[in-house]
Amino acid sequence: MSDRRIVVAGASLAGAQAAQTLRRQGFEGVIELIGDEAHAPYNRPPLSKKYLAGEADYDSLRLRSMADPAELNVDLQLGRRVSGLDVGNQTLQVTSLADAATVEVSYDGLIIATGARARRLPGVDLDGVFELRTVDDADRLRAEFEAGPARVVVIGAGFIGAEVAATAREAGLAVTLVEAEEAPLQRVLDRDAGMAIVDLHRGHGVDVRLGVGVQRLVGEQRISGVELADGTVIDADVVVVGIGVIPNTEWADDSGLAIDNGVVCDATCLAAPNAVAVGDVARWDHPRYGLIRSEQWDNAVEQGSFGAKRLLAAWTGDPVEPFAPIPSFWSDQYDRKIQLSGVPSDNVEIVQGSLAEQRFVQLYIDGQGRPTGALTWNRPRQSMQARMLLDNDAELDEMREALGG
Amino acid sequence: MKVTVDFDLCESNAICMAAAPEVFEVRDDDFLYVLNENPGAELHDKVREAAERCPKQAITLED
Ligand SMILES: Cc1cc2nc3c(=O)[nH]c(=O)nc-3n(C[C@H](O)[C@H](O)[C@H](O)COP(=O)(O)OP(=O)(O)OC[C@H]3O[C@@H](n4cnc5c(N)ncnc54)[C@H](O)[C@@H]3O)c2cc1C
Ligand code: SF4
Repeated sequence: MSDRRIVVAGASLAGAQAAQTLRRQGFEGVIELIGDEAHAPYNRPPLSKKYLAGEADYDSLRLRSMADPAELNVDLQLGRRVSGLDVGNQTLQVTSLADAATVEVSYDGLIIATGARARRLPGVDLDGVFELRTVDDADRLRAEFEAGPARVVVIGAGFIGAEVAATAREAGLAVTLVEAEEAPLQRVLDRDAGMAIVDLHRGHGVDVRLGVGVQRLVGEQRISGVELADGTVIDADVVVVGIGVIPNTEWADDSGLAIDNGVVCDATCLAAPNAVAVGDVARWDHPRYGLIRSEQWDNAVEQGSFGAKRLLAAWTGDPVEPFAPIPSFWSDQYDRKIQLSGVPSDNVEIVQGSLAEQRFVQLYIDGQGRPTGALTWNRPRQSMQARMLLDNDAELDEMREALGG
Repeated sequence: MKVTVDFDLCESNAICMAAAPEVFEVRDDDFLYVLNENPGAELHDKVREAAERCPKQAITLED
């Protein structure tokens, strides 16, 4: 296998993890890790938390899996974009962002790890309006926060919006958080848990507006306010838009891959012969949940490892299992650690603590009385226990017993 | 293999515990305890996975 070439498209969490795993598994051929950012692979979660707060520095973001590409003998190519793919001929187009020169690269194996980007508000081109996905975004936003704006308006109370609101409040800034739905995070949590997050923010002095969309952003060159659908205008010096992400797949539109809200893969993350997709860009056929696309850190790491092994298994003939992890997510807001293991359901049962205490363990239960997930606030141990129990198909009673007070 | 955790970085989210419960335990006081600082060879893969999965990159392994 030492004469083979594996190209990893996207040099971030999932891609770096995949490249490292290839070496750990003994792959001796060429590994090209191609990324369109100027930065060596780095970690995104601190960008809305400690890094934005100025409590973590740039060096601490660096991903350890790619701390030393030379030692791993990985050809890390930054500032280069994969701009085309032909899965039949196993070739890629790679374009340098410095001089727009494009070359063709052929591969024996391809790992697609181009992730996702922040969704933007259409038609907005005003200074002082930010999305948050990259370290460059975070640097600009941090500089704005440090300049002491009179008010920050965050549009969208998803996890990233909520974290930015918390970080801005903790920096002493006045913050308005605007959410179009009646309660935030309805697709990810249940209504009461979404409202508990609202209470958390209100308790810290955030002005939270629910059930009202944004009509338009007001300003000449620079943002001056946010006009809501009910006509209210909120003065704003800085606006942060947190309205979700879009998978980066345009470069593969004509490739022969199935693209539908991500790169569609089978249960083993295979997207085409000798091509796997991993991380935020991958939409695979999860044995428990059907076609899903994750936007979670832990999944990017696990799937990055899995995809690398999957690719090698195609050549060695090793058996391949489906990729079937129990999802796991965390979010840090103020001094609360919010964690979700598994997936939500309509029925909830709190087995320890209470929403009012802001420290609890809550189970999600489906129509057949089976547990599907656990939401915890400041109960990390129980979150991981729940994950292990769900993985073992534990019954409701067993979960109540193990996670209860 | 020697396991060390940088407790200034660790935020007790217990992800390491899910990967290697024999070595890492987050207790009800919300602190992480390293149960075995010199895990035997049979645990090395799990411990490596725990170190990779730690989102704070707080676990260091020395051979
Ligand atoms: C601010 C923030 C906070 C977060 N906090 C949490 C958290 O608390 N908990 C949690 O579980 N998750 C969190 N996440 C999500 C987590 O960071 C992502 O799930 C993870 O980054 C996904 O990794 P990835 O490698 O799949 O994709 P990405 O990190 O998106 O990386 C993809 C890379 O590919 C590059 N790329 C794209 N297209 C091309 C191309 N054509 N050619 C070459 N390169 C390309 C991109 O520029 C990028 O560098 C957070 C994310 C953000 C932005
Ligand atoms: S995974 Fe890392 S941050 Fe979390 S408890 Fe373990 S060492 Fe601490």
